[in-house]
Amino acid sequence: MTTTGSTRIQTRFAACATEGRAALVTFVTAGDPDLDTSSAILDALPAAGADIIELGVPFTDPMADGIPVQLAGQRALKAGQTLKKTLSLVEAFRAKDKDTPIVLMGYYNPIYVYGVERFLQDARTAGVDGLIVVDLPPEEDAELCLPALAAGLNFIRLATPTTDDKRLPKVLQNTSGFVYYVSVTGITGGAVGNYDAVGEAVARIKRHTDLPVAVGFGVKTAADAVAIARGADGVVVGSALVERVRLSLDSDGRATEKTVSAVTSLVAELAAGVRQVAKAAA
Amino acid sequence: MNAPQNPNTYRSGPDENGRFGLFGGRFVAETLMPLVLSLEQAYEAAKVDPGFQAEMASYLKHYVGRPSPLYFAQRMTEHLGGAKIYFKRDELNHTGAHKVNNVLGQILLARRMGKKRIIAETGAGQHGVATATLCARFGLECIVYMGAVDVERQKPNVFRMKMLGAEVVPVQSGTKTLKDAMNEALRDWVTNVATTFYCIGTAAGPHPYPAMVRDFQSVIGKETREQMQEAEGRLPDSLIAAIGGGSNAIGLFHPFLDDPDVKMWGVEAAGHGISSGLHAASLTGGTPGVLHGNRTYLLMDEDGQIKDAHSISAGLDYPGIGPEHAWLHDSGRVSYISATDDEALEAFQLCSKLEGIIPALEPAHALAKVIQLAPKLPKDHLMVMNLCGRGDKDIPQVAEILGGM
Ligand SMILES: Cc1ncc(COP(=O)(O)O)c(C=O)c1O
Repeated sequence: MTTTGSTRIQTRFAACATEGRAALVTFVTAGDPDLDTSSAILDALPAAGADIIELGVPFTDPMADGIPVQLAGQRALKAGQTLKKTLSLVEAFRAKDKDTPIVLMGYYNPIYVYGVERFLQDARTAGVDGLIVVDLPPEEDAELCLPALAAGLNFIRLATPTTDDKRLPKVLQNTSGFVYYVSVTGITGGAVGNYDAVGEAVARIKRHTDLPVAVGFGVKTAADAVAIARGADGVVVGSALVERVRLSLDSDGRATEKTVSAVTSLVAELAAGVRQVAKAAA
Repeated sequence: MNAPQNPNTYRSGPDENGRFGLFGGRFVAETLMPLVLSLEQAYEAAKVDPGFQAEMASYLKHYVGRPSPLYFAQRMTEHLGGAKIYFKRDELNHTGAHKVNNVLGQILLARRMGKKRIIAETGAGQHGVATATLCARFGLECIVYMGAVDVERQKPNVFRMKMLGAEVVPVQSGTKTLKDAMNEALRDWVTNVATTFYCIGTAAGPHPYPAMVRDFQSVIGKETREQMQEAEGRLPDSLIAAIGGGSNAIGLFHPFLDDPDVKMWGVEAAGHGISSGLHAASLTGGTPGVLHGNRTYLLMDEDGQIKDAHSISAGLDYPGIGPEHAWLHDSGRVSYISATDDEALEAFQLCSKLEGIIPALEPAHALAKVIQLAPKLPKDHLMVMNLCGRGDKDIPQVAEILGGM
């Protein structure tokens, strides 16, 4: 299904491919450490070199996340973040930036409680391009995936090392926008997997789909980004960015004047990393 | 309201997608999905394998000590002056609670699947102790996740688990209670999925756990049917059980669900009282949502953020409930009520003094409601309460509250 919303992701991956490089996908948590600073971080990401933004929707019980993303969510919730405020954050960003795709990433419960139909409508209106919902495997597609596709949003699925060739077609069936390959069996913030294995895994997924494949979990440095960019269409970084937020806070946990630049400086390093790897233009 | 899938029976769920009406399902990360599917397959095969059933039966008899007695609580009955009260004595099981019935089944299944590393979450520590026990018995590695708050209030069980060779990991995240222990166990499972079997302690989680745990616990209800026939020549008139995630209750209830004359009460923990907001009664005070692999009633705010549960009983201190109970609640087959901390403490003391049985704080919640219901019922009303755990683990905590008496 092609709509203005869902093409933003396609357009961006295509543009990066034309430049002969992988896309840099950056994850930050909405409302971390507070709404205003989070908004400032979001606004600064594209100029720092982020191609696509994944915006984490805070949840009290993030079962697939490691400590850095757990803490980011707790900071945001403590500062009063809600799904409604997250959608407003996207809306404010979208008023200034018409091109950078935004993907909301989180868990199903806040969306379910908000109401699926109302959420999809409000997300479209705000300028959200896609969704990654960790606890909705293909077996639960009727819940949100199919309605989201019908509403013109991309539904991006995670594929993992446990997703074998037999299961891949099921995982890819209703996936759109891109495929997010989780390079380790584990929670976010863990060690990066074996880079060679990552390349092989991407090749395996590409035998089943024409969608771009972005790889994440464990990317911390420009060197990690370089290594992954060799084998993938996109490099996802998250825990390392929210750790930068945490380390920039004052002793009371409040944002400082360094918070935004702590994030953008790492994004700039990673952006330089993905640009070091020349890939055959698609 | 969710009508039952087949109006002639309440016992046919879940459907092939693991749903009890609206509730249940498989809301897990993709990493876990292949394993959840292979677990379902392994369980379906074991269920119809006479070898597996015989192995279960043998260990239940010789290791767990089943059948547990159905005991006529004569002094409690006389004291209350109404219904004739029976206790199903699952506190006499090896390890002191009903939890072992389920753990035995899952550990035998893990062995069939070739998994040598077992993880579990625990609240009161009873499930952790049962898991540590069977891992010791079968020489398996055992890691138990327990909220740091619960580690503090259930110290005897922490020591027991360590004695049995298990590693106990205090969980510092979130509210540091059962729900966070479950989050941490799920994180471990996602990380070590190839080698690890997750032994869930209640009738909740992604399909097939709610159905599988129910089946393993149904030995309670099956025995009760036979024992009541023997004692009174008929079925009981009512059943009552405490509800944390709901495994002891569904184990007692399930074999009777299609007997319309058997009334059932599930008792949730009302903590400081439902109106105080500080409680663990998901059905009485919650709304449907998705957590820990299934859709069910949850305690949460209007943004879908999970709220802390509050109960004097670590085993009931969970903001959700097994999905089959959510469905039985909506369909009206089972009545769900609640007991406060104070009511449970009173029942705890009464049972000790009248019957010479110190109950766990969890079944003390069910007993608190027996105390209220029984006097209003006729003397020929047969009421069975699931005395699903003994109180040894609660002695230090209760002594502290009652000031050493
Ligand atoms: C003795 C006892 N009863 C009840 C429970 C609550 O669990 P469930 O509702 O699954 O029976 C526990 C949990 O730890 C327990 O130890």
